[in-house]
Amino acid sequence: MKKTQGGALALAAAAALFASPALAQSAGVVAPEFRWLTFLVFAAIIGLTMFVTYRAASKVKSASDFYTAGGGISGVQNGWAIAGDYLSAASFLGIAGLISIYGYDGFMYSVGWLVAYITVLLVIAEPCRNIGKYTLADILAYRNNPKATRIVGAISVIVVSTFYLTAQMVGGGVLVKTLIGIDYKISVVTVGMLMLAYVIFGGMVATTYVQIIKAILLVIASIVLVLLVWSQYGFFGGFLENAVNDPKIQARVVQLLGDKSAGMTATELGQRFLEPGLYFTSPLDQISLGLALVFGTAGLPHILMRFFTVPSAKEARVSVIWAMAIIGGFYVLTLFLGLGAAMKVGAPNILLADRGGNMAAPILAQYLGGGADSMLGNFMLAFVAAVAFATIVAVVAGLVLASASAIAHDLYVGVIRGGSATAEEQVKAARIASLVVGAMAIVIGIAAEGQNVAHLVALAFAVAASANFPCILLTLFWKRCNTGGIVLGMIVGTLSAILLVLASPNTEYPNTVRNNANTAIATQTARIETLNAELATAADAARQAEIRTAISSSEAAIASARANIARVEGRTTNLLGLSEPLIGLRNPGIISIPLGFLAVILGSLLWRDPRSEALWDEVYVRQNTGLGAAAASKH
Amino acid sequence: MTTPNIDWAQAARDPRFVEMVEKKRKFLFSLMAFSVVFYFLLPLGAAYAPGLWATKIFGVVNFGLLFAISQFIVAWSIAFIYTRRANREFDAASEALKRDILAQAGQRA
Repeated sequence: MKKTQGGALALAAAAALFASPALAQSAGVVAPEFRWLTFLVFAAIIGLTMFVTYRAASKVKSASDFYTAGGGISGVQNGWAIAGDYLSAASFLGIAGLISIYGYDGFMYSVGWLVAYITVLLVIAEPCRNIGKYTLADILAYRNNPKATRIVGAISVIVVSTFYLTAQMVGGGVLVKTLIGIDYKISVVTVGMLMLAYVIFGGMVATTYVQIIKAILLVIASIVLVLLVWSQYGFFGGFLENAVNDPKIQARVVQLLGDKSAGMTATELGQRFLEPGLYFTSPLDQISLGLALVFGTAGLPHILMRFFTVPSAKEARVSVIWAMAIIGGFYVLTLFLGLGAAMKVGAPNILLADRGGNMAAPILAQYLGGGADSMLGNFMLAFVAAVAFATIVAVVAGLVLASASAIAHDLYVGVIRGGSATAEEQVKAARIASLVVGAMAIVIGIAAEGQNVAHLVALAFAVAASANFPCILLTLFWKRCNTGGIVLGMIVGTLSAILLVLASPNTEYPNTVRNNANTAIATQTARIETLNAELATAADAARQAEIRTAISSSEAAIASARANIARVEGRTTNLLGLSEPLIGLRNPGIISIPLGFLAVILGSLLWRDPRSEALWDEVYVRQNTGLGAAAASKH
Repeated sequence: MTTPNIDWAQAARDPRFVEMVEKKRKFLFSLMAFSVVFYFLLPLGAAYAPGLWATKIFGVVNFGLLFAISQFIVAWSIAFIYTRRANREFDAASEALKRDILAQAGQRA
């Protein structure tokens, strides 16, 4: 019964994907005559994941099966699943894109995402495996007041996951729309329905296998692309030499540097692409972001949850090692993908397809396969698009599972039911919570269409680093830590990160929008006048057509500026009521992380909680030895 | 799983436990401190020592690129060093402790 429902949901999702007509053919979109290829690749991947879900559905009998696959995932499997959970579209497509349009800075950005796993390996993975059961709040509730810490822990999990989820849904919707040419809303609904099928019917078992499949596909796709790039541009040293001498890269540097590029030779320009400073302009902001990555990853609920799926601390360690090998290896390959795209495709074409550069890797695949008119090129694009699609679904599934566990296990079973619920009731609660969270994700995804959500991932990391990380670290390693500290730390860490972002240049300031729009209108109006004058004197028809195109693009720019002005009509302040940014810092970590730690320490010192101290010996012995840790159920 | 007979306070005072935890704490702290400092040298150096970062080491390959690549090697090395020590030393120590603590709890039962 459940299985047929799962199948029906999958069919509906697949049908929705291909029901809408193709949009205009352009770079990064599979041409209509090759759409059967896309259909084939997508059907194969969706079919495979659905088969896995079908097999998993019969195994989900208890809460432990649903949340943690009964603790029966091996370290190696979990390592691949962590990589699948972590390598979101932001890192898969985003970093390759950054490297392709900004060079060295993009590569430097990727480093923090790997270094983050050292924190996970050294201080989080094993103790959490030994102490925890299903959720982040389980760790906090162990020696602190269970109700109070479950409430704050669950809220923080929901906040972090919702930020992350919104970014994934909106980013995913745009991506699927661009890659396959279907309507944004249909892409969001498709992603949401597939994800729900995995989570509701297959729980953590299916989610894990979907993440593993996605990670393997991602690695295969990257290796194939990099081998093709190497075959054309040479290996390491020779490859970089080609990059330096590449006219497209040199032209991009001129565009980035503007007047500062005057007097530089061609090779100097190319060399500049391999030096820092083309993207990051504020070192403080970059360090702040680095702090959020390095400490926030260890506090991400969907990553933490993965450590409860393995049978022992040793397997948790093995999983981080595998995850670090896969994630790190992937980022090294990304350097070649990014620079390869900069040479093969060129920054202007990449930016034309997507202003954030996210289409660099997919278009590179199309070009490497022979371009937009070739069958191989379209097949490779379809394959990369399918991998990107699987990426979004897998990451979203992990996030929904983390939120649902916070709602069902912590809030419903832990707080409302006081910890007493039968196995069936727990699984039912978990499925209902997943459905609610998943439906909300779809609604948010559709409601947030067109919003700039890029900073939401950074905000999710910042909240995780400022609230979750200090609380977990101190309850595990500081004897004096107690309920007061956890409650205050969660509140201060979460609020300070969010408020700092709301007061930063990340949010929309109506006055700034108006000023920018007015400037744009003035510039474009002047440009249209010049172009009209040129049109009057232009001799041949080809030139006239060119000028007319330029005029209509200027008119479009004016229309979009007018739309911006209309959108902020009557408003002078941002979400927080500010007319201009209070702080220049875009990433709050450098302020909010110390605040979070301070709050945990202060709250603990001001509060007396004999239970927290009485249980310290037990917590400390357990987290270091694994004594009494929830054992794996046998499947 | 419940383990009601374990005297946690006694286990926490076991000299072997204290010794293991102390060693582990020092080891983890130094690895963690090194990795954080080493990582932040990257953005700091890129921002404040652009000359060094642009210095060519061989061919077109500059110091900045090599330093960024070294971050990957260092991260993997730290993971390797930790895993080796944990596999050889900490796992065995905690297994032995676990056996003894459970045996003592069994006697009390």
